[in-house]
Amino acid sequence: MKRLITLMIIAAVMVSPEAMASPASDSLLAKYKADGVTKIDAAKAKADWTKEAKGEDGETISCSTCHGTDFSKPGKHRKTHKVIDPMSPRVNADRFTDEKKIEKWFKRNCNDTWGRECTSQEKADFLSFLTAQ
Amino acid sequence: MIRKISVATALAITLTVTSAVVVAEDLAEAILTPYRQKEIVPVDNKQYKEECGSCHYAYPPGLLPSKSWEKLLTAEALKKHFGENAELDADTLKVIHDYAIANAADKSYHKRSRKIAIATENIEAPLRITEVRYIKRKHHEIPEKMIKGNKDVKSLSYCDACHTQANKGVFDEDTVKIPNYPDWDD
Repeated sequence: MKRLITLMIIAAVMVSPEAMASPASDSLLAKYKADGVTKIDAAKAKADWTKEAKGEDGETISCSTCHGTDFSKPGKHRKTHKVIDPMSPRVNADRFTDEKKIEKWFKRNCNDTWGRECTSQEKADFLSFLTAQ
Repeated sequence: MIRKISVATALAITLTVTSAVVVAEDLAEAILTPYRQKEIVPVDNKQYKEECGSCHYAYPPGLLPSKSWEKLLTAEALKKHFGENAELDADTLKVIHDYAIANAADKSYHKRSRKIAIATENIEAPLRITEVRYIKRKHHEIPEKMIKGNKDVKSLSYCDACHTQANKGVFDEDTVKIPNYPDWDD
C-alpha cells in the first residue's frame, strides 16, 4: 500500500503540468483573470519577448536584450551591465515567488522597453509563458 | 547667584562629559575599525541594498550630499532614473530616501564623505557621482583606455569594477584592481 502511494506520488509529479507555478504567480493570474483576461496566450508572449521597440535612447530593444532568450542562463542589463538572474524558475527558485516584486518589474520593464505599462492580458501571457520555462 | 553659577557649572560638566563620551566612542571605533573613519560608511540598510543593488552597485549614501539624494529619490525622479524606470512603492521609497538623507556625505564624519561634502558645498547638487570634483580629481591620472576604453569597466560609475572593497565602503588605492591591467600601479 505504501509503495502504491509512493508510486502514485511519483506518477503525479511526473504528469503534473509543466509550469512551475507558485502561490505568487497563481494569485497574480487570478487577479488578471478578475481584470477580464479569459484566454491566456503563451505563444503571443513568446513572440512579444523578442518584439523590438525603440528605447528612450533610440536603440532597438526587447525583453531579450537584457534577459536573453535562453531562460536557464543569466542575462545582463544593457546599461548597468548588472547580471540578471535566470528567468526560469527551474534553475532560479526565487523567480516568480513574490507578487510585489513581479508587479514592480512588470511596471518598470514594460515602461522601459515599450514606453507604456503592460495590460493585464500581456502580463498574464508573459507570466504563464515564463513560469513554464 | 551662587545657585545660578552652579547650574551653569553642572551644565558645562554634563556637556563636557557627554562630548568626552562621544569622542571616546569615535576613538574606540577608529581604533577597532580604522578604515571606517577614513573611508565611507558601507551600506547597512537591507532594503536600500536590495532595491538599489538589484540594478547597479548600491552607492553608499556618503558618496553624495543630501541635496543630491533629495533630487534623486522622489517618486517623480525615479520614473526616469538615468533613463530607466526605477519606480518604488511609497513605503519602500520612504525607507530608502530617509536612509540616504541620514547618511549623506554632509551628515558623515568619515574622511571621504567630508571631502565630497566640501567639494559640493557651494554648487548645484550633482546627480552623478562622476560629477563630484573630489572624485574626478582622484581618478584624473588614470588613462582613458583603462576606464572608458576598458570593456570590463566602461565608466567611472561602476565603482566596484575596480574598487574590490567598494561594498565595504573602502576606496583606498591599495584595494584597486583594474580589469585587464594587472600591472597598473598608482
